[in-house]
Amino acid sequence: MKISRLIFFLPIFIFFNFSNLVSRDILVGSNREYKDIKSAIENSVNGDRIIIDDGIYQTNGIIIDKEITVSGLNSAIIDAQNISEAITIKSSNVTIQGITIKNIPVGFMKDYAGIRIENSKKVTIKQCRFVNNFFAVYLSNSDSSNVISNVITGNASSESFSGNGIHLWKCNTINIDNNYISGHRDGIYLEFAINSVITGNYSEKNLRYGLHFMFSEGNSYRKNIFRGNGAGVAVMYTKRVEMTENIFEDNWGPSSYGLLLKDISKSRIYNNMFRKNTTGIYSEGTTYTIIENNIFSSNGWAIKILGNCNYDTIINNDFLSNTFDISTNSHLNDNYYDSNFWDRYNGYDLDRNLIGDVPYRPTSLFSTLVVKSPEAILLVRSFLVELFDLTEKIMPSVIPESLTDNHPSMVMKNKKDYIQYD
Amino acid sequence: MNNNLRIIKFIIIDIIKNKWLTTYTLFLLILTSVIILFSNDSNKAIISLTNVVLILIPLITVTFTSMHYYNSKEFIQMLLTQPIERKSVFIAEFSSLSISLTMAFLIGVILPLIFNGFSILILYMIISGTMLSLIFCAFSILISISFDEKIKGVGVSIFLWLFFSVIYDGIVLYIYFAFNSYPLENIVLFLTALNPVDISRILILLKLEISSLMGYTGANLQNILGNKTGLLLSLSVLVIWALTPFIIALKKFNKKNF
Repeated sequence: MKISRLIFFLPIFIFFNFSNLVSRDILVGSNREYKDIKSAIENSVNGDRIIIDDGIYQTNGIIIDKEITVSGLNSAIIDAQNISEAITIKSSNVTIQGITIKNIPVGFMKDYAGIRIENSKKVTIKQCRFVNNFFAVYLSNSDSSNVISNVITGNASSESFSGNGIHLWKCNTINIDNNYISGHRDGIYLEFAINSVITGNYSEKNLRYGLHFMFSEGNSYRKNIFRGNGAGVAVMYTKRVEMTENIFEDNWGPSSYGLLLKDISKSRIYNNMFRKNTTGIYSEGTTYTIIENNIFSSNGWAIKILGNCNYDTIINNDFLSNTFDISTNSHLNDNYYDSNFWDRYNGYDLDRNLIGDVPYRPTSLFSTLVVKSPEAILLVRSFLVELFDLTEKIMPSVIPESLTDNHPSMVMKNKKDYIQYD
Repeated sequence: MNNNLRIIKFIIIDIIKNKWLTTYTLFLLILTSVIILFSNDSNKAIISLTNVVLILIPLITVTFTSMHYYNSKEFIQMLLTQPIERKSVFIAEFSSLSISLTMAFLIGVILPLIFNGFSILILYMIISGTMLSLIFCAFSILISISFDEKIKGVGVSIFLWLFFSVIYDGIVLYIYFAFNSYPLENIVLFLTALNPVDISRILILLKLEISSLMGYTGANLQNILGNKTGLLLSLSVLVIWALTPFIIALKKFNKKNF
């Protein structure tokens, strides 16, 4: 009697046990319930939490199709052994936290990624480490997700053999916060990604761009640091981008820019610091864009603005110790320059309102010559060139006559403490 | 040799007594200190000083040397009547002039710079300043020996300065634009490196404004001149520039009918 009653109740017991608990912890480890991650995921249900012990798990092709959380203890390492992808997320509401993923193979037919997120919503990747991967985090056709506080390091050696740190394709409302990315092709790559926010990332020593935007409207990026990348940061074919409080630094090289703008419109570039770049901002086909309150310091060219840029506004910036402040390839000027501080300005201020009484021409004859024929740079700072520039300043004939700052500031506009990062 | 040193000592004392050298040194000292004191950006100070080194120093060297030669012509003739080799007289004149001019440069420009903090740039400044002093001193003596008239000699010396600091660059720029459709990077680089003033400028700028000099030509330049071999290469160009006029002048002096 007693036994039969027990048998009767057992399924009910089990049912209650499994479904009533909101989240169950599933432990994975060498001396735990599950030895490998795949079987743990197979035996989990929505809402479960998989906790991975310290150790190296040589596995790949993990597919997460349930709404679960995967988190690692101190050093849980997934080693894909250069065979295939580590984790593919095909479900919404997934969180991956605190695990290390390494050795994702280079693929020419397929973009192998450390963590791939496909057609999902509300996925969070945080505090993970990615070492020696082709692509680290790859989001495709996903919405409302977060990539937070990850450390991503690759060892890319050539552009064609390397992938991107964080790659977004056709995404909406993604937060990319506080990540460190280095040694990939592009640090962060966005294509058809809209309404995304990129904050506080540190992207350095990537082969091509620290950040690369293509066809991505309405995004903003703030407080990021882009340092020593092959070609700086590129923002292309995009409207309504907000770029504020970023630091663009040490991007040196034959085709290297702090910030490259190509076919951008209605964007705002505020409060940024451009320091020691070959070219601070290279602007091509940029329209209705506002460049305000930035500091350009010790660059080769502070701003290279080509003739096809119209209706841009460049105001309240500080130009300090640049070899060339503004250079252009056109006789005409359709952009508006006003109230900037130019360290080369040698006009006077009789009424002491801190606005110079004489307009300032930020382009020089020599900078125009160099745009037309780069080899002429050999004569930079020679006596002859300084004589040329002086005569051209007095009577402009080659440089665009309307390219003037009519209210040059006598004092620096932005007092921003330069932040030192290790 | 003992004779040589004695003559050098005598001429140097004569130069110092002349007060022009002291004025020159003081002028450089004040100029450099003012530039360092009044520019809050050390890079900018170095750029201004580069102009001083590249333009002012050759100009003053050229005028001072030829003036001194013409003024002490009678003294040289007197020396030549003594049983002293012509060679020793020439070497004494050249070395005392170049030693005192180089010392003036080192005290006037380098000393304040060192007080302001040492960097590798100062080394490059020392190299280019000293070499430019030597080169223009040698050229100026050569010109002075070639022309007996003082006005002509000083005029040609100043023209030489003008040629190296302005006209030569103009010619290079003209060549560049006239043959713009041909690949000229290396030729222009070569032509520029032939001018002692230009090569000194590029040496300093490569250390200073690396970012603007990048670009294709910049990278090329950095490859050729930016390393130790480049430094040696440009140094040897400068040494050749100093030696050639010196040797020609020595030969002329030996054969000259005073």
